Amino acid sequence: MKPAPFEYFSPRTVDEAISLLQQHGDESKLLAGGQSLVPLLALRLAGPSALIDLGRVDELRYLREGETVAIGSMTTHRQIEKDPYLLGRCPMISEAMSLVGHVAIRNRGTVGGSCAHADPAAEWPALAVALDGEFEVKGPAGVRTVPANEFFFSYFTTILEPEEVLTEIRLKLPPPSAGTAFMELARRHGDFGLAAVAAVITRRNGGIEDVRLGVAGVAAVPLRPSEAESILRGSELSDQTLDAAAEAVDAAIQPTGDIHGSEDFRRNAAKVLTKRALRRAFERAGGSA
Amino acid sequence: MMETELEIALRVNGKDVTGEAEPRMTLADFLRDRLRLTGTHLGCEHGVCGACTVLMDGKSIRSCLVFAVQAQGSELETVEGMAPSEDELHPIQQAFSNEHGLQCGFCTPGFLMTVSEFLDECPDPTEEEIRKRLSGNLCRCTGYQNIVAAVRSAADRMKAGSPRGDHD
Repeated sequence: MKPAPFEYFSPRTVDEAISLLQQHGDESKLLAGGQSLVPLLALRLAGPSALIDLGRVDELRYLREGETVAIGSMTTHRQIEKDPYLLGRCPMISEAMSLVGHVAIRNRGTVGGSCAHADPAAEWPALAVALDGEFEVKGPAGVRTVPANEFFFSYFTTILEPEEVLTEIRLKLPPPSAGTAFMELARRHGDFGLAAVAAVITRRNGGIEDVRLGVAGVAAVPLRPSEAESILRGSELSDQTLDAAAEAVDAAIQPTGDIHGSEDFRRNAAKVLTKRALRRAFERAGGSA
Repeated sequence: MMETELEIALRVNGKDVTGEAEPRMTLADFLRDRLRLTGTHLGCEHGVCGACTVLMDGKSIRSCLVFAVQAQGSELETVEGMAPSEDELHPIQQAFSNEHGLQCGFCTPGFLMTVSEFLDECPDPTEEEIRKRLSGNLCRCTGYQNIVAAVRSAADRMKAGSPRGDHD
C-alpha cells in the first residue's frame, strides 16, 4: 500500500518547524528518520495531512561529549553506535544501538524519533531511564526540560504537546570504572525485542557500590526498577542477590502477551535478562577487588 | 486527487537526473517508475524485507521508507550502477553468480547493496558477522547458505585485489 496524500514541508530550523506545527495543527506530524512513521503511513495506520520533515534541520544533529552527554534529536542510531567517545565511555549504548533493527534502519532512524515514538519495546527509552536521561523540548512557549521517567507517558505516548519538538537528549554517563551491559531477547537479530535490560554497575571491595537498571518491553513505558536496585546496592553479587533482584523486577512489570510471546514468557525473559545483564556489567566493571 | 508534483534533482549512479513526484511517492517508486531503474524491488513496502535497499550518500537505506522529495540533492547508488561495464560484473555480483547465491533473484539487488556497504566497512568478516549483517535482507528461495558463501567469496576476491570479471 502507498501512503495517503499529504503536504510536505522541509524547514531548516527548529523555530520554522514549530511555526509549521502551529499552522497545521492536529493534522500535522513531524518526520524524523521515518523508520517507524513511514511504515505507519504505508499501512495507512496514520494519515497526517501535513508532514514536517526535520531532515534538513542541521542544528539537531550533534553529540557533545562530557560527563553528561548531549545528543541532538536528529542524530542517527548509526552515528551513536559508531561514536568513539561513547564506545569508550559507556559501551552499553553502542551495544543497544547494534540491536536496533538493521544497519539500513539505523542509518536513517534517529534518537529523537525513537524517543518521541515511545515504543515500549524500544532500546532508547530503556537507556534513557537507566542513565537518568533528560529531554529538552522546544515549543511556542519556549524550552523546557523533562526527566526521562516523566517523558514516557504510555504506549506510544509521550508528554510532547502537538506543537513541540524534541531537540536534545541528555544522558548522565556512569563513571569510567563502571561496567555496563545491554541485553535483549528477540527471535531473530534485528527483530523487536521481547524484553531488554540495560544494566550499570560500579564495584567496590568486591561488591556492588551502585547499580542502575532500565527495562524495556515489559510495560506501557520503560521501567527503572528501583526496588531491584536497592536490593543490589551495597551487596555482593551472588545467585541469591541476583534472584532477589530478578523477583523485584518481576513484581514491577506488567508485560502484555501477544503472538510473539505470552505474558509468562516475557516475564521470564525479563528476569533472566536482568540477571545476565547484571552479571555482565559486574564482570566489565573495574574498581577495587 | 493527486497532490502537486515536486521537481526532484539528484545523482544516480554518477549521473545527474531529474524527475517529478508527489510528496508521498517513495524513493523506491520514484526510482522504478520515474527513472525506470527497476532493479530496486518492492517486497514488503514497510522496511522489513530489504528488497528495496539502495545506497544514499554512501549509506544503505530502505528506499521504501524515504520519500523521493527527501532525496533531493543526494547521491544514490543502485544495483544498476554496480557492474563496471556491459561485459563485466562487479566482484560481488560475480561471486553471487559463481556461488549460486540466488534463485528467483527478487531479493538479490537488496542483498548486493547491503553487501556492498558491508564489505566496504568490514573487508574480512567472519561467518557470524556476515549472517548478522545480512539479517535485514530476507530470501524465500535459497535458505541463505549460498548467499553467505557468495559474500565470503566476494570478500576474498576483493581483498586479494583480483581482476574483476573472473569466472571460476
